[in-house]
Amino acid sequence: MRKNGSSAEQAATAFLNARLIDPASGKDEPGGLLVRDGKIADLGGHLRRNAPERAKVIDCKGHVLCPGLIDMQVFTGEPGQEHRETLKTASQAAAAGGVTTIVVMPDTEPVIDQVALVDFIQRRARDNAAVNVHVMAAMTRGLKGQEMTEIGLLKRAGALAFTNGKTSISNARVMRNVLLYSKDFGALIVHHTEDPHLTEGAVMNSGEVATRLGLPGVNKAAETIVLERDVRLVEITGGRYHASTLSCAESLAVIRSAKARKLPVTCGVSINHLTLNENDIGPYRTFFRVCPPLRSEDDRAAMVRGLAAGEIDVIVSSHDPQDADTKRRPFAEAADGAIGLETLLAAALRLHHNGEIGLMPLIRAMTINPARLLGLPTGRLEKGTPADLILVDLGQPWVVDRDLLRARSKNSPFDESKMQGRVLHTMVAGNTVYQYAAGDRS
Amino acid sequence: MTSSIVQTSFARRHLLTCDGLSAGEIVALLDLADKAAESNRQVIKKRDVLRGRTLINLFFEASTRTQSSFELAGKRLGADVMNMNVSNSSVSKGETLIDTAMTLNAMRPDILVVRHDKAGAVELLAQKVDCSVINAGDGSHQHPTQALLDALTIRRAKGRVAGLTVAICGDILHSRVARSNINVLNTLGARVRVVAPSTLLPPQTERLGAEVFTDMNAGLDDADIVMMLRLQRERMQGSYVPSTREYYHFFGLDHDKLARAKPDALIMHPGPMNRGVEIASTIADHSRSVIRDQVEMGVAVRMAVLEAMARLLPNH
Repeated sequence: MRKNGSSAEQAATAFLNARLIDPASGKDEPGGLLVRDGKIADLGGHLRRNAPERAKVIDCKGHVLCPGLIDMQVFTGEPGQEHRETLKTASQAAAAGGVTTIVVMPDTEPVIDQVALVDFIQRRARDNAAVNVHVMAAMTRGLKGQEMTEIGLLKRAGALAFTNGKTSISNARVMRNVLLYSKDFGALIVHHTEDPHLTEGAVMNSGEVATRLGLPGVNKAAETIVLERDVRLVEITGGRYHASTLSCAESLAVIRSAKARKLPVTCGVSINHLTLNENDIGPYRTFFRVCPPLRSEDDRAAMVRGLAAGEIDVIVSSHDPQDADTKRRPFAEAADGAIGLETLLAAALRLHHNGEIGLMPLIRAMTINPARLLGLPTGRLEKGTPADLILVDLGQPWVVDRDLLRARSKNSPFDESKMQGRVLHTMVAGNTVYQYAAGDRS
Repeated sequence: MTSSIVQTSFARRHLLTCDGLSAGEIVALLDLADKAAESNRQVIKKRDVLRGRTLINLFFEASTRTQSSFELAGKRLGADVMNMNVSNSSVSKGETLIDTAMTLNAMRPDILVVRHDKAGAVELLAQKVDCSVINAGDGSHQHPTQALLDALTIRRAKGRVAGLTVAICGDILHSRVARSNINVLNTLGARVRVVAPSTLLPPQTERLGAEVFTDMNAGLDDADIVMMLRLQRERMQGSYVPSTREYYHFFGLDHDKLARAKPDALIMHPGPMNRGVEIASTIADHSRSVIRDQVEMGVAVRMAVLEAMARLLPNH
């Protein structure tokens, strides 16, 4: 659900002296941007120095002004596990991280598989969240992978897409029917691709590291097998399909070939798989236990190349709050998941600073690409669209301190990491929802 | 190239499928059925076309209306009619279809009316017996007399079939009624549409001569006939369709969707209906609903088929 501008009399705000980056139009140029009534009223070089009268002026000092990020894979604990995360705390972390729209996953208690629960999330978000919150609904009842949910009615209620959450549908017939049925409604199917039988008992990627650690691993083929099957099913059904978080080079080859055949297939990658690898697990650090598991450095590098080449469409934080009760355990007993909303942009900028990828493809995968996939009007700098904006100082160094992160759970794999680049200002529908003050927090 | 012979009467030993029936054959049957419909409205309904003949209703799948319709049709033409419901007798004792057929054949019936839950089973049986066989529904394949009675109902209400737009809506995938209707209506020159969610559409339905719609509102635009199909309950629990509620919302015939069809569009349903699932209760009882006429024409069409077949039965 979209946040609305607070009132009709909201004063105009002018961002002057900015470096405007808009992946939708491909523009990266000095200029300014005017916000009025919650929308982008004007933008361009002519606004670089001069603001209209009575407008509140923000001097961007040459920093990057770009669309707010859209994160299409966020797990929260609401409803059911509020001690881990609520919509409110997740949205605060998002605002501080420059994420102006989050899409929450249905893996809650109860599972979001009914119209009334979509309404519930939307109401709670409207009353409590600092950023836009949208729902990705379950595509099978209870995420059990057996019976389809009311995809037509859920979509009408506002569900942006449909997923089986953290699990793959192992029954190909169910998957086929979901793709077939969803096609009639133009609904997007977002699938986690990991064969549940192959992954059973595994706690990390198989290979040398797992062998040294004495941990049961799973071959990355578990991911590619499901993806290959799904692409075949897309071929016979014509359903819109998005592989939620891929993690290895072999999977990218499948995506490449599907896209070459003009199939309605897209894919995402989590920030973890772009910036970390299995070696980071080191001495059984459970905060690096994620799903799919971290792969080899070669795979990580392949994912970055795939992103640069446009084979990967979307970067997600895959924000997944876990508490001490699920993380402070032996590695094999710990839960999967890492928080990531507040560090998403900073971690992504590492790739830019390292020279691994340009700024434009990086931001594109967190703005206009997810916006187009999900049918959102945001993710772009365009007159008349909602003013969801972030101002980013690309150079500012900082060190992540998990105790200062806003997420309710502190399971960040980037704890104590040195970052370069931070969000100075986050605006949602013309309202400032986060502003960095020097000396503030981390 | 051989010149095609225009059939002006129905002269076949069996009626197994509508695929391949000529317009002449169909019209001949409908004309006969019109007469039967008249005689069925008389006080004395019984005739003697089938006097001395034996008709066996052999139903491997439960049926109320088709079986009683054939029974009445046979009796009104003077035949001795026997009903065999095999679903709970010899088949459950392990007897094969062929064995059952041979056993019945030994009883020397003249006409067998057969329903079976597997496509092709009636044709297989017809190959093994000496009598005439009428397909009363085989799996998801064909239900010829249903399509003929539908055509008769349409022709009597509209005066013609050619040029009309008929939207067949619902579970096309599992429907023998839809397949037979697509054949008959096309042969008679109607424009046939099928309307269903993709999960209930068999692949390449358009090759059978039907325009395919997954949006019911679009599918009903300017339709002359709205033909609803039954959706079986076990198919609404999340495998083909998420729920009865969602199905009704998008594919149930309600007043809003009906408004997309022509103002004088007829509403049809082969029965039995799930009120509130595929059809709103008030629409089932609508003044434009010809659902009860379909039942009446069912007896007439079956009499016509039996009468046409009787002419070919051996007389020695």
